[in-house]
Amino acid sequence: MASVKFTLNGKAQTVDVSPEMPLLWVLRDHLGMTGTKFGCGMALCGACTVHVNGDAVRSCITQISSVAGKTVTTIEGLSANADHPVQAAWIELDVPQCGYCQSGQIMTAASLLAKKARPTDGDIDEAMRGNLCRCGTYQEIRRAIHRAADIKANGGRA
Amino acid sequence: MSTVVSVNRRGFLKATGATAAGLLLGFTLPERNKLAAQFPVPAPKTKAYIHIGTDDRVTFILPKAEMGQGPVTSLSQLLADELDADWNKIRVEFAPVDPALYGPVQGVVGSMSVRTLWEPLRQSGAMGRDMLREAAAQKWGVPKTQTRTENGFVVNTSTNARLSYGSLAEAASRLPDPQNVALKDPKDFRYIGKPVKRLDTRAKSAGQTQFGIDTRLPDMAYAVIARCPVFGGKVASFDGSKAMAVPGVKKVAQVPTGVAVIADSTWAAMQGRRALEIKWDEGKNANLNSAGIRQMMSDLADHPGAVSRKSGDADQALKGAAKKIEAVYDAPYLSHAPMEPMNCTVKVTSNSCEIWASTQMQTFTRDAAAKATGLNPEQVTVHTMYMGGGFGRRANVDYVGEAVEVARAAGVPVKLTWSREDDMQHDSYRPASVVKFAAGLDADGWPVALHARISCPSFAGMRNGVDFAAVEGIPDLEYEIPNFYADYRVAEPGIPTFFWRAVGYTQNTFFAESFLDELAASSGKDPVEFRRKLLAKSPRLLNVLNLVAEKANWGKAPAGRYQGVAIVNNIGSYTAQVAEISVNQGKLKVHKVVCAVDCGHVVNPAILTQQIQSGIVYGLSATLKGAITIDHGRVQQGNFNTYDLVRMDEMPLIEVHIVSSAEKPGGIGEASVPPIAPAVTNAIFAATGKRIRKLPLRNQDLA
Repeated sequence: MASVKFTLNGKAQTVDVSPEMPLLWVLRDHLGMTGTKFGCGMALCGACTVHVNGDAVRSCITQISSVAGKTVTTIEGLSANADHPVQAAWIELDVPQCGYCQSGQIMTAASLLAKKARPTDGDIDEAMRGNLCRCGTYQEIRRAIHRAADIKANGGRA
Repeated sequence: MSTVVSVNRRGFLKATGATAAGLLLGFTLPERNKLAAQFPVPAPKTKAYIHIGTDDRVTFILPKAEMGQGPVTSLSQLLADELDADWNKIRVEFAPVDPALYGPVQGVVGSMSVRTLWEPLRQSGAMGRDMLREAAAQKWGVPKTQTRTENGFVVNTSTNARLSYGSLAEAASRLPDPQNVALKDPKDFRYIGKPVKRLDTRAKSAGQTQFGIDTRLPDMAYAVIARCPVFGGKVASFDGSKAMAVPGVKKVAQVPTGVAVIADSTWAAMQGRRALEIKWDEGKNANLNSAGIRQMMSDLADHPGAVSRKSGDADQALKGAAKKIEAVYDAPYLSHAPMEPMNCTVKVTSNSCEIWASTQMQTFTRDAAAKATGLNPEQVTVHTMYMGGGFGRRANVDYVGEAVEVARAAGVPVKLTWSREDDMQHDSYRPASVVKFAAGLDADGWPVALHARISCPSFAGMRNGVDFAAVEGIPDLEYEIPNFYADYRVAEPGIPTFFWRAVGYTQNTFFAESFLDELAASSGKDPVEFRRKLLAKSPRLLNVLNLVAEKANWGKAPAGRYQGVAIVNNIGSYTAQVAEISVNQGKLKVHKVVCAVDCGHVVNPAILTQQIQSGIVYGLSATLKGAITIDHGRVQQGNFNTYDLVRMDEMPLIEVHIVSSAEKPGGIGEASVPPIAPAVTNAIFAATGKRIRKLPLRNQDLA
């Protein structure tokens, strides 16, 4: 067991768990934050995507010890009222079907937009190809990312 | 703001006055569907579907489940329209298992939600509206004819006084069920037929939706099960001492499906499982492999089987044909692979059992828990959770009974989670299949005979020697061919098989629409023209074929691109697709898919479009990459590196064109899956002259 301190969604957090435990399971089973999803356990599907120091990472292969002292953001902390530009676009365009992969899709898309204000289709392919959606919402995800870029450029207003 | 919430239903009823309106839930399955006998229609009951709180909240109780296909929204549209409810006051709950209210089998299979509830829910809404008008009329002391409704209010047509539904709810709930309530004229629909926003989007975009895997109970333990890698095998002996030494592991216990590891987190349980030492009795399937299974089915298809269709005399017509064409097609096993792995949370006491599950079959979930506990079904409560995909996988509730066994062994509430590998290697698969075709053409190149011999495992029950779910898509072809014979031989290699989104059509439409393309090519005829002539007596199929040809600019693909067409009529809907592809140095790219669909009366065109896109992507993953292969009785794939799906960079542009129709609604969740494979492979033939007779395309030489 090890005591790991990090910042989670803006608040100081300490957990006492095995240092090898993936961040995913710390979030879901120990902290009860279930918005981050388990899909594959091998960084193949992206359902577990969170931000560590602003970068999109796969929490299923991120050992908890590696986030010590870092800042972690999950879907629960992305915005206060589901009004981050990416979420606003997702809601406007009704992107989710089953919705299971969408936390991960949204976190990856938010990270992309933070780095590129106007991503091209090629940028979207590159950034999003690690996030699987079995319902096949890709076309709407692409539209929503472009729409989110508009919303963001407009100061967050739809 | 419309929200989808999970409220305590008894608390809700107790806390607020509730009106009642309910009517029979009729499961009317399509004639082809041989499950029909299991779905008799229950007697009419009240209070089944609508609760109105004194706070004006309208709660719809839906006896279905949400796996992305949209019933939370589309079924609410049916109720809200006839009830004349304010869309912004609507909440949705999933119904408990209740045969008296909802019939003996509750579940979501066969794209049936709208088809079966189209009339009962509208009638239920209309009855509720009538009761609210009656309650208002009594309050005002006026005849009911002097009232009308307006978006959650009853209005006195003389005085313009208004009473909200909530203020009338208690009085209305004491009224008897009205009889013979008229339904709206479709031209007056406010919600039906409109692209109403999904009720579940906001929660799903905020990470708040409660899927089965998100269930958390006080004092809950987490579990995984080690299962024999060979189908049908079992535990010979095991040593759990090293697993018990893993931090967080609380208990190791043998259960009927393997050895369970119970721990204080899912991860600890998984680590414990890795430390288990198990000797398996692998049983009789230990030498199975894919090549042997393929050979078994091919051998079976060399000999006559049980007849699924016989019109004219195909053998005789083949002998007299000007030209005879033969081909053998085959398709592999496929895994469903929904994004949410299987899981189930269970709390058992001596006289009760509660189940939290993402499940497509509520009734079977209840019954599985009853069987595993020995309790009566009435002592089991099923909490229907949102599903992270289903696609047929969650109609098999194998994960429920074993979770109950683990909870009993644990002595505390347990969440059982399957890993991705567990899911992929212990699925019930879309069956592998082989078909041997022969066709005869006359001197003008038109087919005079079609002969099809199918070998496929059975998974849906036999009738006169035929599993019609295994052959659907061939004996029911609508092409006008005067001599048509199809038969079936069951193959039983020992791999579990089950319904996979669009079921038998997923392989049989690939077979049939590819072979038809071969006939057109052999005749030197255009694939669309060829189909048009053979569909002269099938107006709805002909219509979608013509529409897709027009919208796709059939025959006028841009330079370097090639088109392929395919059609299907399944689940009461009619679908045609044109795929536009290129092949460069053997590398395939699917650029665009145009789809025309006639599913009768449309409830929500936006959800319909989502489902068409979804089915195309689901089918395209199988076309390009999907195969479950067997070696020594084991599935060789385990995760998305060996069973990959279509990803963002491979996504074609999809265009959907909907036929306007007043026909009864057809299904939509499975409508677009079958044609995509033959549309793509027929386009490959147009591009390269190579006829694709097996799937997937990965590792096939297209150069």
